[in-house]
Amino acid sequence: MSIATQDTDVNTGKIARTFIYLVLLVFALFYLLPFFVMVVNSLKPLDEITGGNMMALPDKWTIQPWLSAWSSAQIGVEPTGLKPYFVNSILMVVPAVAISTFLGALNGYVLTKWRFKGDTILFGLLLFSCFIPFQIVLIPMATILGKIGLAGSIPGLVLVHVVYGVGFTTLYYRNYYAAFPTELVRAAMMDGAGFFRIFWRIMLPVSGPITVVSVIWQFTNVWNDFLFGASFGGQSQPMTVALNNLVQSSTGVKEYNVHFAGAILAALPTLLVYIVAGRYFVRGLMAGSVKG
Amino acid sequence: MARHASDADFRTKLQEWIPKLVLSPSIALMLVFVYGFILFTIYLSFTSSRMLPKYDLIGFDNYARLWGLSAWWTAVTNLAIFASLYIFICTAIGLTLAILLDQKIRGEGMLRPIYLYPMALSFIVTGTAWKWFLDPGIGLENTMHLWGWDSFSFGWIKDRNMAIYTIVIAAVWQTSGFVMAMFLAGLRGIDNEILKAAQIDGASNWSLYRRIVIPMLRPAFLSAFVILAHLAVKSYDLVIALTGGGPGRATELPATFMYSYTFTRNQMGTGAASAVIMLMTIAAIMMPYLYAELKEKK
Repeated sequence: MSIATQDTDVNTGKIARTFIYLVLLVFALFYLLPFFVMVVNSLKPLDEITGGNMMALPDKWTIQPWLSAWSSAQIGVEPTGLKPYFVNSILMVVPAVAISTFLGALNGYVLTKWRFKGDTILFGLLLFSCFIPFQIVLIPMATILGKIGLAGSIPGLVLVHVVYGVGFTTLYYRNYYAAFPTELVRAAMMDGAGFFRIFWRIMLPVSGPITVVSVIWQFTNVWNDFLFGASFGGQSQPMTVALNNLVQSSTGVKEYNVHFAGAILAALPTLLVYIVAGRYFVRGLMAGSVKG
Repeated sequence: MARHASDADFRTKLQEWIPKLVLSPSIALMLVFVYGFILFTIYLSFTSSRMLPKYDLIGFDNYARLWGLSAWWTAVTNLAIFASLYIFICTAIGLTLAILLDQKIRGEGMLRPIYLYPMALSFIVTGTAWKWFLDPGIGLENTMHLWGWDSFSFGWIKDRNMAIYTIVIAAVWQTSGFVMAMFLAGLRGIDNEILKAAQIDGASNWSLYRRIVIPMLRPAFLSAFVILAHLAVKSYDLVIALTGGGPGRATELPATFMYSYTFTRNQMGTGAASAVIMLMTIAAIMMPYLYAELKEKK
């Protein structure tokens, strides 16, 4: 469903229009303000925050808080900055997104073009698994990851994110492939093309848009996850967990400017994706909720 | 010749099996890691597990204990307050913004992404931003004082009775733009001819929306409700980042309760019972919705 179609055709008066613009701008301010405060205060020395106005621009601009958040701030007990955790997040996100998207594409292909008895029930089970509260799997997951030696490791987190992400990616590809003419697949079968040949030659080449949607959705979810990272991260904690440790640390002076810089660093990858491919981001959100 | 035929036979058989084989890894993962784990947790909720899983059945003791705990009642009450306000305010803001944006607004292309970007952030980042924004010492209250409004006071985040509402504010900030996008998509799907006909009949703008447009958005309302309700029950990160469940226990939710009882207080049986109740809540919301969706698509 695309947003950029026509407006609803309603006529409004001049006063009403002024009022509408006013409301819209006030809300824009509401959404922008917290982020503005973060950015501005991440560029101030600490005494300007504790002794000054959070809305004011810095008197003395500095990028010191950013450098500190990146490479020297105290995270837990180690003064490593967020850098190693950023790397952890990347190492976790890339395989998790790639594997779950690939599986989702194959599943969606099977569930639409090679249907069999009971496939709707399987899909329903898969779909419901996207929405479970993850508290219900935390205890057995901790036990199993320990038993197979993946506790506290990046591969363990990748496994977790693939398992709980594949439902959504399957949903995307299933809805997308459902609109693809099955006659074309049938024709290719008549010509002797097999299961994988049809997938590589016919389905994949038209899957560009939905792949972007799926990759963005998974990337955002996995990058922003906190619960699994905190529960199973161990020595390989992702960025969100490190940021929380940085902000909640109770020792020493609270370096608000460093916290803000850290928060923006943690948000940067997903924000960049949003800015570059916002259209697809919205489409992904929709496909997960409204009938695609 | 006979060999050839059986070869072809084998190939068609294989073709029949390949799709199921391809699907099987995902299904296996799902059966073990989702449904197997759910059963395991349900089982644990009937055992006397403390720090580690134990396998002795003790009946409904954990559930009885759970509902006798004041901390659990706090968490459930908080969830009720949080979820109802969160769902209501997000829907109200989302619908308002969508309707207003739908009036041939100049700069819509600028405004829409501004409303929506918080959805790209993690709850930890949102929580960090709002934690300091609402902090009386350096945040909004301090700013108002510096701007000369000395009597301004906004210390909800440090107030046991009000802290839960700061979670609502931050959560609304994060998701209301998304709800706006859902309603906007719904609005853009409405056929303008219907509206024109109503206008010719002399309907005012107000009654046009109340009588025709909003009723037509029913599917969007339903989706918004389901998505928001399930997000509310799952809320965990935001509480951790914004208030840490405090002051005291004032902002504990079932999700934070489950985590602390299971992993820090070593009451695994009780923690498992609370997780089962969370799952049942979500299932009650999602099942009818998913069932209807799947049936329709068949």
